[in-house]
Amino acid sequence: MKLADIAHSRAGDKGNISTLSLIPYDEKDYALFVNEVTVAKVKDHLSGIVKGEITRYEMPNISSLLFVCEEALESGVTTSLASDPHGKALSYALLEMEI
Amino acid sequence: MKEKIRIGSGAGFSGDRIEPAVVLAANGQLDYLVLECLAERTIALAQKRKLSDPSLGYDPLLTRRIETLLPHLVKNKITLITNMGAANPLAAAKKVQEISRSLGYSIRIAAVDGDDVLTEVEEQKEHLTVLETGKKLSEYSILSANAYMGVEGILEALEQKAQIIITGRVADPSLFLAPMMFEFGWSSLDYHLLGCGTVIGHLLECAGQLTGGYFADTEKKAMPDLAHLGHPFADVFANGDAVLGKVENTGGSITLATVKEQLLYEVINPNAYLTPDVSANFTQVKLAVSGTDRIQVSGGTGNEKPSNYKVSVGYRAGFVGEGEISYAGDKALERARLAGEIIRERIKIFTQDIRVDYIGWDSVHRKNFRPDYEPYEVRLRVAAKTDSMEKAILVGEEVEALYTNGPAGGGGVRKYAQEQLGIVSVLIPRSTCIAKITLFES
Repeated sequence: MKLADIAHSRAGDKGNISTLSLIPYDEKDYALFVNEVTVAKVKDHLSGIVKGEITRYEMPNISSLLFVCEEALESGVTTSLASDPHGKALSYALLEMEI
Repeated sequence: MKEKIRIGSGAGFSGDRIEPAVVLAANGQLDYLVLECLAERTIALAQKRKLSDPSLGYDPLLTRRIETLLPHLVKNKITLITNMGAANPLAAAKKVQEISRSLGYSIRIAAVDGDDVLTEVEEQKEHLTVLETGKKLSEYSILSANAYMGVEGILEALEQKAQIIITGRVADPSLFLAPMMFEFGWSSLDYHLLGCGTVIGHLLECAGQLTGGYFADTEKKAMPDLAHLGHPFADVFANGDAVLGKVENTGGSITLATVKEQLLYEVINPNAYLTPDVSANFTQVKLAVSGTDRIQVSGGTGNEKPSNYKVSVGYRAGFVGEGEISYAGDKALERARLAGEIIRERIKIFTQDIRVDYIGWDSVHRKNFRPDYEPYEVRLRVAAKTDSMEKAILVGEEVEALYTNGPAGGGGVRKYAQEQLGIVSVLIPRSTCIAKITLFES
Protein backbone atom coordinates (compact mmCIF):
# COMPACT_ATOMS: atom_id res chain seq x y z
CA MET A 1 0.00 0.00 0.00
CA LYS A 2 0.95 3.63 -0.36
CA LEU A 3 1.88 5.71 2.68
CA ALA A 4 -0.92 8.08 1.60
CA ASP A 5 -3.44 5.40 2.60
CA ILE A 6 -2.29 5.29 6.23
CA ALA A 7 -0.39 8.50 6.98
CA HIS A 8 -0.30 12.24 6.46
CA SER A 9 2.61 14.64 6.09
CA ARG A 10 3.54 18.32 5.92
CA ALA A 11 6.63 19.73 4.22
CA GLY A 12 8.61 22.65 5.61
CA ASP A 13 11.66 24.48 4.29
CA LYS A 14 14.78 26.06 5.80
CA GLY A 15 17.25 27.21 3.19
CA ASN A 16 18.00 24.19 0.98
CA ILE A 17 16.59 21.74 3.55
CA SER A 18 13.17 20.16 3.27
CA THR A 19 11.54 18.79 6.43
CA LEU A 20 8.93 16.08 5.91
CA SER A 21 6.79 14.80 8.76
CA LEU A 22 5.17 11.38 8.59
CA ILE A 23 2.18 10.94 10.88
CA PRO A 24 0.09 7.74 10.94
CA TYR A 25 -3.68 8.20 11.03
CA ASP A 26 -3.72 5.35 13.56
CA GLU A 27 -1.09 5.73 16.29
CA LYS A 28 -0.79 1.92 16.40
CA ASP A 29 0.98 2.07 13.02
CA TYR A 30 3.90 4.05 14.49
CA ALA A 31 5.98 0.94 15.25
CA LEU A 32 5.43 -0.29 11.70
CA PHE A 33 6.68 3.05 10.35
CA VAL A 34 9.78 2.92 12.56
CA ASN A 35 10.63 -0.46 11.06
CA GLU A 36 9.52 0.07 7.48
CA VAL A 37 10.10 3.71 6.60
CA THR A 38 13.86 3.74 6.93
CA VAL A 39 16.27 6.43 5.81
CA ALA A 40 17.57 4.11 3.08
CA LYS A 41 14.08 3.53 1.68
CA VAL A 42 13.16 7.21 1.78
CA LYS A 43 16.46 8.13 0.09
CA ASP A 44 15.74 5.64 -2.67
CA HIS A 45 12.14 6.84 -3.03
CA LEU A 46 13.12 10.51 -3.22
CA SER A 47 16.17 9.96 -5.45
CA GLY A 48 16.49 12.74 -7.98
CA ILE A 49 14.71 15.13 -5.60
CA VAL A 50 16.81 14.97 -2.41
CA LYS A 51 20.52 15.22 -3.26
CA GLY A 52 22.00 15.34 0.26
CA GLU A 53 21.78 13.40 3.51
CA ILE A 54 18.52 12.47 5.18
CA THR A 55 18.20 12.36 8.97
CA ARG A 56 15.24 10.60 10.58
CA TYR A 57 13.97 11.70 14.01
CA GLU A 58 11.71 9.34 15.93
CA MET A 59 9.04 11.17 17.93
CA PRO A 60 7.28 8.51 20.03
CA ASN A 61 5.67 11.29 22.11
CA ILE A 62 3.44 12.12 19.14
CA SER A 63 3.80 8.77 17.31
CA SER A 64 5.39 10.47 14.33
CA LEU A 65 8.58 10.48 12.26
CA LEU A 66 10.40 13.51 10.91
CA PHE A 67 12.72 13.37 7.88
CA VAL A 68 15.18 16.23 7.49
CA CYS A 69 16.36 16.20 3.88
CA GLU A 70 19.44 18.20 2.87
CA GLU A 71 20.04 19.64 -0.61
CA ALA A 72 16.39 19.04 -1.43
CA LEU A 73 15.25 22.37 -2.85
CA GLU A 74 17.41 23.16 -5.87
CA SER A 75 19.36 25.72 -3.76
CA GLY A 76 16.44 26.96 -1.66
CA VAL A 77 13.37 29.10 -1.90
CA THR A 78 14.96 32.41 -2.85
CA THR A 79 17.15 31.28 -5.74
CA SER A 80 15.56 28.05 -6.98
CA LEU A 81 14.23 27.89 -10.54
CA ALA A 82 11.77 25.14 -9.55
CA SER A 83 8.06 25.79 -9.91
CA ASP A 84 7.55 24.94 -6.20
CA PRO A 85 10.64 26.56 -4.71
CA HIS A 86 9.59 25.90 -1.08
CA GLY A 87 9.04 22.23 -1.86
CA LYS A 88 5.65 22.62 -0.18
CA ALA A 89 4.22 19.80 -2.29
CA LEU A 90 6.98 17.32 -1.36
CA SER A 91 4.85 15.98 1.53
CA TYR A 92 2.76 14.25 -1.11
CA ALA A 93 5.88 12.93 -2.84
CA LEU A 94 6.79 11.10 0.40
CA LEU A 95 3.22 9.77 0.67
CA GLU A 96 3.62 8.16 -2.80
CA MET A 97 6.02 5.65 -1.21
CA GLU A 98 4.90 1.98 -1.15
CA ILE A 99 5.37 -0.10 2.00
CA MET B 1 0.77 38.08 38.23
CA LYS B 2 -1.89 36.48 36.08
CA GLU B 3 -2.49 32.72 36.11
CA LYS B 4 -3.73 32.51 32.53
CA ILE B 5 -3.61 34.62 29.37
CA ARG B 6 -5.19 34.11 25.97
CA ILE B 7 -3.07 34.85 22.89
CA GLY B 8 -4.61 34.78 19.42
CA SER B 9 -2.70 34.22 16.18
CA GLY B 10 -4.29 36.33 13.47
CA ALA B 11 -1.80 36.02 10.60
CA GLY B 12 0.70 33.36 9.58
CA PHE B 13 2.41 35.22 6.74
CA SER B 14 2.54 38.62 5.11
CA GLY B 15 -0.24 37.91 2.63
CA ASP B 16 -2.58 36.23 5.10
CA ARG B 17 -6.34 36.85 5.20
CA ILE B 18 -7.54 39.65 7.48
CA GLU B 19 -11.01 38.37 8.37
CA PRO B 20 -9.92 35.58 10.78
CA ALA B 21 -7.90 38.13 12.78
CA VAL B 22 -10.98 40.37 13.01
CA VAL B 23 -13.06 37.43 14.28
CA LEU B 24 -10.40 36.72 16.92
CA ALA B 25 -10.22 40.37 18.01
CA ALA B 26 -14.00 40.79 18.09
CA ASN B 27 -15.11 37.48 19.60
CA GLY B 28 -12.01 35.67 20.84
CA GLN B 29 -11.87 37.17 24.36
CA LEU B 30 -8.17 37.71 23.78
CA ASP B 31 -5.58 39.40 25.95
CA TYR B 32 -3.07 39.51 23.09
CA LEU B 33 -3.29 39.30 19.33
CA VAL B 34 -0.15 38.39 17.39
CA LEU B 35 0.22 38.92 13.64
CA GLU B 36 3.27 37.11 12.22
CA CYS B 37 3.95 38.60 8.82
CA LEU B 38 7.65 38.23 8.01
CA ALA B 39 9.46 35.52 6.08
CA GLU B 40 13.17 35.56 5.23
CA ARG B 41 12.61 37.04 1.81
CA THR B 42 9.77 39.33 2.91
CA ILE B 43 12.15 41.52 4.88
CA ALA B 44 14.69 41.71 2.03
CA LEU B 45 11.90 42.79 -0.33
CA ALA B 46 10.82 45.35 2.27
CA GLN B 47 14.40 46.68 2.45
CA LYS B 48 14.28 47.11 -1.31
CA ARG B 49 11.03 49.12 -1.05
CA LYS B 50 12.58 51.27 1.69
CA LEU B 51 15.58 52.02 -0.56
CA SER B 52 13.25 53.45 -3.20
CA ASP B 53 11.11 55.34 -0.63
CA PRO B 54 12.40 55.86 2.96
CA SER B 55 8.82 56.22 4.27
CA LEU B 56 8.00 52.64 3.17
CA GLY B 57 9.46 49.23 3.95
CA TYR B 58 6.76 48.02 6.32
CA ASP B 59 4.10 45.40 5.59
CA PRO B 60 2.03 46.40 2.52
CA LEU B 61 -1.16 45.29 4.31
CA LEU B 62 -0.41 47.24 7.52
CA THR B 63 -2.89 50.05 6.85
CA ARG B 64 -5.74 47.70 5.94
CA ARG B 65 -5.03 45.43 8.90
CA ILE B 66 -4.79 48.23 11.48
CA GLU B 67 -7.81 50.17 10.17
CA THR B 68 -9.91 47.02 10.41
CA LEU B 69 -8.58 45.70 13.72
CA LEU B 70 -8.02 48.83 15.80
CA PRO B 71 -11.66 49.42 16.85
CA HIS B 72 -11.84 45.84 18.21
CA LEU B 73 -8.44 46.07 19.91
CA VAL B 74 -9.42 49.30 21.67
CA LYS B 75 -12.92 48.10 22.62
CA ASN B 76 -11.72 44.76 23.99
CA LYS B 77 -8.44 46.05 25.49
CA ILE B 78 -6.28 43.69 23.45
CA THR B 79 -2.55 44.27 23.01
CA LEU B 80 -1.31 43.76 19.45
CA ILE B 81 2.18 42.38 18.81
CA THR B 82 3.29 42.17 15.19
CA ASN B 83 6.42 42.11 13.06
CA MET B 84 4.66 44.13 10.34
CA GLY B 85 7.34 46.79 10.85
CA ALA B 86 9.54 44.67 8.56
CA ALA B 87 12.36 46.91 7.30
CA ASN B 88 10.91 50.08 8.85
CA PRO B 89 9.18 49.70 12.25
CA LEU B 90 9.42 53.47 12.93
CA ALA B 91 7.52 54.38 9.77
CA ALA B 92 5.00 51.62 10.53
CA ALA B 93 4.42 52.96 14.05
CA LYS B 94 3.95 56.48 12.68
CA LYS B 95 1.41 55.11 10.22
CA VAL B 96 -0.47 53.40 13.07
CA GLN B 97 -0.38 56.67 15.06
CA GLU B 98 -1.89 58.47 12.08
CA ILE B 99 -4.65 55.85 11.67
CA SER B 100 -5.40 55.87 15.40
CA ARG B 101 -5.66 59.67 15.48
CA SER B 102 -7.99 59.70 12.49
CA LEU B 103 -10.24 57.21 14.28
CA GLY B 104 -10.09 59.28 17.47
CA TYR B 105 -8.35 56.76 19.74
CA SER B 106 -5.84 57.52 22.43
CA ILE B 107 -3.28 54.70 22.51
CA ARG B 108 0.42 54.10 23.00
CA ILE B 109 2.38 52.54 20.15
CA ALA B 110 5.90 51.13 20.34
CA ALA B 111 8.28 50.56 17.46
CA VAL B 112 10.92 47.89 18.17
CA ASP B 113 14.02 47.94 16.00
CA GLY B 114 17.74 47.33 16.26
CA ASP B 115 17.62 44.25 14.04
CA ASP B 116 19.04 46.10 11.00
CA VAL B 117 22.75 45.25 11.12
CA LEU B 118 23.67 46.09 7.52
CA THR B 119 26.43 48.53 8.55
CA GLU B 120 28.03 46.05 10.98
CA VAL B 121 27.77 43.16 8.52
CA GLU B 122 29.24 45.25 5.68
CA GLU B 123 32.20 46.11 7.93
CA GLN B 124 32.75 42.48 8.91
CA LYS B 125 31.96 40.81 5.58
CA GLU B 126 35.57 39.64 4.99
CA HIS B 127 35.39 37.65 8.23
CA LEU B 128 31.83 36.32 8.05
CA THR B 129 31.16 32.86 6.62
CA VAL B 130 27.85 32.05 4.93
CA LEU B 131 26.22 29.15 6.79
CA GLU B 132 24.58 27.62 3.71
CA THR B 133 27.57 27.69 1.33
CA GLY B 134 30.71 28.10 3.44
CA LYS B 135 31.72 31.07 1.23
CA LYS B 136 32.89 34.43 2.49
CA LEU B 137 30.07 36.96 2.75
CA SER B 138 32.20 39.43 0.78
CA GLU B 139 31.55 37.34 -2.35
CA TYR B 140 27.91 38.46 -2.30
CA SER B 141 26.34 41.72 -3.48
CA ILE B 142 24.72 42.56 -0.15
CA LEU B 143 21.42 44.44 -0.04
CA SER B 144 20.16 43.95 3.51
CA ALA B 145 21.09 42.31 6.81
CA ASN B 146 18.58 41.72 9.58
CA ALA B 147 19.27 39.82 12.79
CA TYR B 148 16.65 37.53 14.25
CA MET B 149 16.08 39.18 17.62
CA GLY B 150 14.31 37.67 20.59
CA VAL B 151 11.87 38.91 23.21
CA GLU B 152 13.92 41.80 24.65
CA GLY B 153 12.47 44.75 22.75
CA ILE B 154 8.90 43.49 23.04
CA LEU B 155 9.31 42.99 26.80
CA GLU B 156 10.44 46.58 27.20
CA ALA B 157 7.50 47.82 25.12
CA LEU B 158 5.10 45.80 27.31
CA GLU B 159 6.65 47.31 30.43
CA GLN B 160 6.03 50.74 28.89
CA LYS B 161 2.35 49.75 28.53
CA ALA B 162 2.28 50.03 24.73
CA GLN B 163 -0.92 48.60 23.26
CA ILE B 164 0.38 48.26 19.72
CA ILE B 165 3.89 46.83 19.39
CA ILE B 166 5.45 46.83 15.95
CA THR B 167 8.75 45.08 15.42
CA GLY B 168 11.21 44.42 12.64
CA ARG B 169 12.94 41.03 12.39
CA VAL B 170 12.01 39.11 15.53
CA ALA B 171 11.97 35.31 15.62
CA ASP B 172 8.39 34.16 15.12
CA PRO B 173 7.92 32.28 18.43
CA SER B 174 9.38 35.26 20.35
CA LEU B 175 6.33 37.35 19.39
CA PHE B 176 4.25 34.92 21.46
CA LEU B 177 6.80 34.16 24.18
CA ALA B 178 7.25 37.82 25.18
CA PRO B 179 3.72 38.34 26.58
CA MET B 180 3.98 35.03 28.50
CA MET B 181 7.25 36.15 30.13
CA PHE B 182 5.80 39.58 30.88
CA GLU B 183 2.52 38.36 32.40
CA PHE B 184 3.89 35.37 34.31
CA GLY B 185 7.21 36.90 35.33
CA TRP B 186 9.22 34.13 33.65
CA SER B 187 12.95 34.73 33.88
CA SER B 188 15.00 34.97 30.68
CA LEU B 189 17.21 32.27 32.22
CA ASP B 190 14.37 29.81 32.96
CA TYR B 191 14.99 27.72 29.85
CA HIS B 192 12.39 25.15 30.81
CA LEU B 193 9.56 27.72 30.80
CA LEU B 194 10.99 29.51 27.74
CA GLY B 195 11.00 26.10 26.00
CA CYS B 196 7.32 25.58 26.92
CA GLY B 197 6.41 29.03 25.64
CA THR B 198 8.40 28.55 22.44
CA VAL B 199 6.54 25.29 21.71
CA ILE B 200 3.25 27.18 22.08
CA GLY B 201 4.51 30.06 19.92
CA HIS B 202 5.72 27.64 17.27
CA LEU B 203 2.31 25.92 17.20
CA LEU B 204 0.48 29.26 16.82
CA GLU B 205 2.78 31.13 14.46
CA CYS B 206 1.34 29.80 11.19
CA ALA B 207 -2.25 30.62 12.17
CA GLY B 208 -4.54 28.68 9.80
CA GLN B 209 -2.08 25.82 9.49
CA LEU B 210 -3.09 24.79 13.02
CA THR B 211 -6.83 25.05 12.50
CA GLY B 212 -6.98 22.72 9.51
CA GLY B 213 -6.36 25.11 6.62
CA TYR B 214 -3.10 23.83 5.20
CA PHE B 215 -3.95 20.45 6.74
CA ALA B 216 -7.12 19.71 4.81
CA ASP B 217 -7.58 16.96 2.25
CA THR B 218 -10.74 15.66 0.67
CA GLU B 219 -11.53 12.42 2.52
CA LYS B 220 -9.33 11.31 5.42
CA LYS B 221 -8.54 14.91 6.38
CA ALA B 222 -11.85 16.56 5.52
CA MET B 223 -12.36 19.83 7.43
CA PRO B 224 -15.67 21.67 7.96
CA ASP B 225 -16.44 25.06 6.42
CA LEU B 226 -12.94 25.85 5.13
CA ALA B 227 -14.17 29.00 3.39
CA HIS B 228 -14.63 30.55 6.85
CA LEU B 229 -11.50 29.05 8.41
CA GLY B 230 -10.87 30.37 11.90
CA HIS B 231 -7.42 31.19 13.26
CA PRO B 232 -6.23 29.76 16.58
CA PHE B 233 -5.67 31.02 20.10
CA ALA B 234 -3.96 29.49 23.11
CA ASP B 235 -4.93 29.74 26.75
CA VAL B 236 -1.48 29.78 28.29
CA PHE B 237 -0.94 29.01 31.98
CA ALA B 238 1.79 30.26 34.28
CA ASN B 239 3.30 26.75 34.52
CA GLY B 240 3.91 26.67 30.74
CA ASP B 241 1.00 24.43 29.78
CA ALA B 242 -1.55 25.59 27.22
CA VAL B 243 -4.86 24.72 25.66
CA LEU B 244 -5.18 25.47 21.96
CA GLY B 245 -8.57 26.52 20.66
CA LYS B 246 -10.50 28.60 18.16
CA VAL B 247 -13.55 30.82 18.11
CA GLU B 248 -16.91 29.01 17.94
CA ASN B 249 -18.72 28.97 14.59
CA THR B 250 -15.54 29.46 12.57
CA GLY B 251 -14.46 26.89 9.98
CA GLY B 252 -11.75 24.28 10.26
CA SER B 253 -10.91 22.26 13.34
CA ILE B 254 -8.13 21.75 15.89
CA THR B 255 -7.36 18.06 16.38
CA LEU B 256 -4.42 15.95 17.53
CA ALA B 257 -3.56 15.48 13.85
CA THR B 258 -3.56 19.20 12.96
CA VAL B 259 -1.39 19.96 16.00
CA LYS B 260 1.10 17.15 15.25
CA GLU B 261 1.58 18.43 11.69
CA GLN B 262 2.28 21.93 12.93
CA LEU B 263 4.56 20.81 15.77
CA LEU B 264 6.96 19.22 13.25
CA TYR B 265 6.64 21.99 10.62
CA GLU B 266 10.01 23.45 9.57
CA VAL B 267 11.78 21.71 12.45
CA ILE B 268 15.31 20.63 11.54
CA ASN B 269 16.17 19.26 14.98
CA PRO B 270 13.38 18.53 17.48
CA ASN B 271 15.95 18.23 20.30
CA ALA B 272 17.22 21.75 19.68
CA TYR B 273 14.83 24.17 18.02
CA LEU B 274 16.95 27.30 18.12
CA THR B 275 15.54 30.76 18.70
CA PRO B 276 17.30 33.85 20.08
CA ASP B 277 15.64 33.09 23.46
CA VAL B 278 16.16 29.38 23.99
CA SER B 279 17.10 26.04 22.46
CA ALA B 280 13.66 24.42 22.71
CA ASN B 281 13.13 20.69 22.99
CA PHE B 282 10.03 19.22 21.31
CA THR B 283 10.71 15.55 22.04
CA GLN B 284 8.72 15.32 25.27
CA VAL B 285 5.74 17.40 24.17
CA LYS B 286 2.43 15.77 25.04
CA LEU B 287 -0.87 16.47 23.33
CA ALA B 288 -4.31 15.57 24.65
CA VAL B 289 -7.88 16.31 23.59
CA SER B 290 -9.60 18.44 26.22
CA GLY B 291 -12.81 19.31 24.35
CA THR B 292 -14.18 20.08 20.91
CA ASP B 293 -11.44 21.99 19.05
CA ARG B 294 -9.40 22.07 22.26
CA ILE B 295 -5.99 20.40 22.50
CA GLN B 296 -3.92 20.53 25.65
CA VAL B 297 -0.17 20.99 25.17
CA SER B 298 2.40 20.18 27.85
CA GLY B 299 5.92 18.81 28.19
CA GLY B 300 7.90 21.40 26.30
CA THR B 301 11.30 22.22 27.68
CA GLY B 302 14.56 23.84 26.67
CA ASN B 303 18.24 24.56 27.13
CA GLU B 304 20.49 27.59 27.08
CA LYS B 305 20.00 30.00 24.18
CA PRO B 306 22.56 30.26 21.34
CA SER B 307 25.43 32.66 21.96
CA ASN B 308 25.07 34.29 18.53
CA TYR B 309 22.29 35.94 16.58
CA LYS B 310 21.41 34.55 13.17
CA VAL B 311 21.33 37.21 10.47
CA SER B 312 19.40 36.97 7.20
CA VAL B 313 21.44 38.66 4.51
CA GLY B 314 19.64 39.67 1.32
CA TYR B 315 21.79 39.86 -1.80
CA ARG B 316 21.36 40.55 -5.48
CA ALA B 317 21.30 37.13 -7.15
CA GLY B 318 20.93 38.10 -10.81
CA PHE B 319 17.76 37.89 -12.87
CA VAL B 320 15.22 35.22 -13.77
CA GLY B 321 13.14 35.00 -16.92
CA GLU B 322 10.21 32.61 -17.33
CA GLY B 323 7.77 31.64 -20.03
CA GLU B 324 4.88 29.17 -20.20
CA ILE B 325 2.82 27.71 -23.04
CA SER B 326 0.17 24.95 -23.11
CA TYR B 327 -0.39 21.91 -25.31
CA ALA B 328 -3.45 19.63 -25.27
CA GLY B 329 -4.83 16.61 -27.10
CA ASP B 330 -2.92 14.11 -29.21
CA LYS B 331 0.74 13.76 -28.16
CA ALA B 332 0.55 16.86 -25.97
CA LEU B 333 3.56 15.82 -23.87
CA GLU B 334 5.68 15.05 -26.93
CA ARG B 335 4.89 18.42 -28.52
CA ALA B 336 5.68 20.17 -25.22
CA ARG B 337 9.01 18.30 -25.05
CA LEU B 338 9.80 19.28 -28.63
CA ALA B 339 9.05 22.91 -27.77
CA GLY B 340 11.22 22.66 -24.65
CA GLU B 341 14.18 21.39 -26.68
CA ILE B 342 13.76 24.20 -29.22
CA ILE B 343 13.78 26.85 -26.47
CA ARG B 344 16.81 25.30 -24.80
CA GLU B 345 18.70 25.52 -28.09
CA ARG B 346 17.59 29.11 -28.71
CA ILE B 347 18.45 30.54 -25.28
CA LYS B 348 21.62 28.62 -24.43
CA ILE B 349 23.67 31.32 -26.13
CA PHE B 350 22.95 33.72 -23.25
CA THR B 351 22.21 31.48 -20.24
CA GLN B 352 23.57 28.18 -18.97
CA ASP B 353 21.22 27.86 -16.01
CA ILE B 354 18.01 26.65 -17.62
CA ARG B 355 15.11 24.71 -16.12
CA VAL B 356 12.48 23.11 -18.35
CA ASP B 357 9.36 21.73 -16.65
CA TYR B 358 6.28 19.99 -17.96
CA ILE B 359 3.37 21.15 -15.82
CA GLY B 360 0.80 18.37 -15.50
CA TRP B 361 3.56 15.78 -15.78
CA ASP B 362 6.51 16.21 -13.41
CA SER B 363 7.02 19.90 -12.63
CA VAL B 364 5.89 20.09 -9.01
CA HIS B 365 7.70 17.10 -7.47
CA ARG B 366 10.48 17.29 -10.10
CA LYS B 367 9.69 13.59 -10.62
CA ASN B 368 6.59 11.67 -11.73
CA PHE B 369 5.76 8.80 -9.38
CA ARG B 370 2.88 7.59 -11.61
CA PRO B 371 4.21 7.78 -15.19
CA ASP B 372 1.96 5.09 -16.73
CA TYR B 373 -0.48 7.32 -18.56
CA GLU B 374 -0.57 9.85 -21.35
CA PRO B 375 -1.51 13.31 -20.05
CA TYR B 376 -4.30 15.01 -22.01
CA GLU B 377 -2.76 18.44 -21.55
CA VAL B 378 0.68 19.72 -20.57
CA ARG B 379 2.05 23.20 -19.92
CA LEU B 380 5.65 23.85 -20.82
CA ARG B 381 7.48 26.08 -18.34
CA VAL B 382 10.95 27.43 -19.04
CA ALA B 383 12.87 29.34 -16.36
CA ALA B 384 16.44 30.60 -16.69
CA LYS B 385 18.88 32.72 -14.73
CA THR B 386 20.55 35.60 -16.53
CA ASP B 387 22.97 38.40 -15.75
CA SER B 388 20.71 41.20 -16.98
CA MET B 389 17.04 42.12 -17.04
CA GLU B 390 17.14 42.34 -20.85
CA LYS B 391 18.22 38.71 -21.14
CA ALA B 392 15.63 37.63 -18.55
CA ILE B 393 12.92 39.25 -20.67
CA LEU B 394 14.28 37.39 -23.74
CA VAL B 395 13.52 34.02 -22.08
CA GLY B 396 9.79 34.74 -22.02
CA GLU B 397 9.92 36.30 -25.47
CA GLU B 398 11.40 33.12 -26.91
CA VAL B 399 8.55 31.10 -25.39
CA GLU B 400 6.05 33.58 -26.82
CA ALA B 401 7.68 33.24 -30.23
CA LEU B 402 6.63 29.57 -30.24
CA TYR B 403 3.26 30.93 -31.39
CA THR B 404 4.62 31.03 -34.94
CA ASN B 405 8.05 29.38 -34.65
CA GLY B 406 7.28 26.25 -32.63
CA PRO B 407 5.21 23.04 -32.66
CA ALA B 408 1.49 23.05 -33.52
CA GLY B 409 -1.27 23.97 -31.12
CA GLY B 410 0.67 25.84 -28.43
CA GLY B 411 -1.51 28.38 -26.60
CA GLY B 412 -1.90 30.60 -23.55
CA VAL B 413 1.59 32.09 -23.26
CA ARG B 414 2.50 33.91 -20.03
CA LYS B 415 5.89 35.46 -19.45
CA TYR B 416 7.66 36.95 -16.43
CA ALA B 417 11.01 38.54 -15.65
CA GLN B 418 12.37 39.80 -12.35
CA GLU B 419 15.46 40.56 -10.39
CA GLN B 420 16.24 37.74 -8.00
CA LEU B 421 16.82 38.45 -4.35
CA GLY B 422 18.74 35.71 -2.58
CA ILE B 423 18.95 35.12 1.16
CA VAL B 424 21.85 33.59 3.07
CA SER B 425 22.62 33.46 6.80
CA VAL B 426 25.58 34.44 8.95
CA LEU B 427 26.10 34.48 12.71
CA ILE B 428 27.08 37.59 14.68
CA PRO B 429 27.79 38.04 18.39
CA ARG B 430 24.74 39.05 20.42
CA SER B 431 26.50 42.25 21.48
CA THR B 432 26.36 43.49 17.85
CA CYS B 433 22.71 44.41 18.08
CA ILE B 434 20.63 45.83 20.88
CA ALA B 435 16.85 46.10 20.68
CA LYS B 436 15.62 49.66 20.79
CA ILE B 437 12.08 50.92 21.39
CA THR B 438 10.50 54.21 20.37
CA LEU B 439 7.12 55.24 21.76
CA PHE B 440 4.37 57.13 19.94
CA GLU B 441 1.14 58.45 21.46
CA SER B 442 -2.08 59.09 19.64
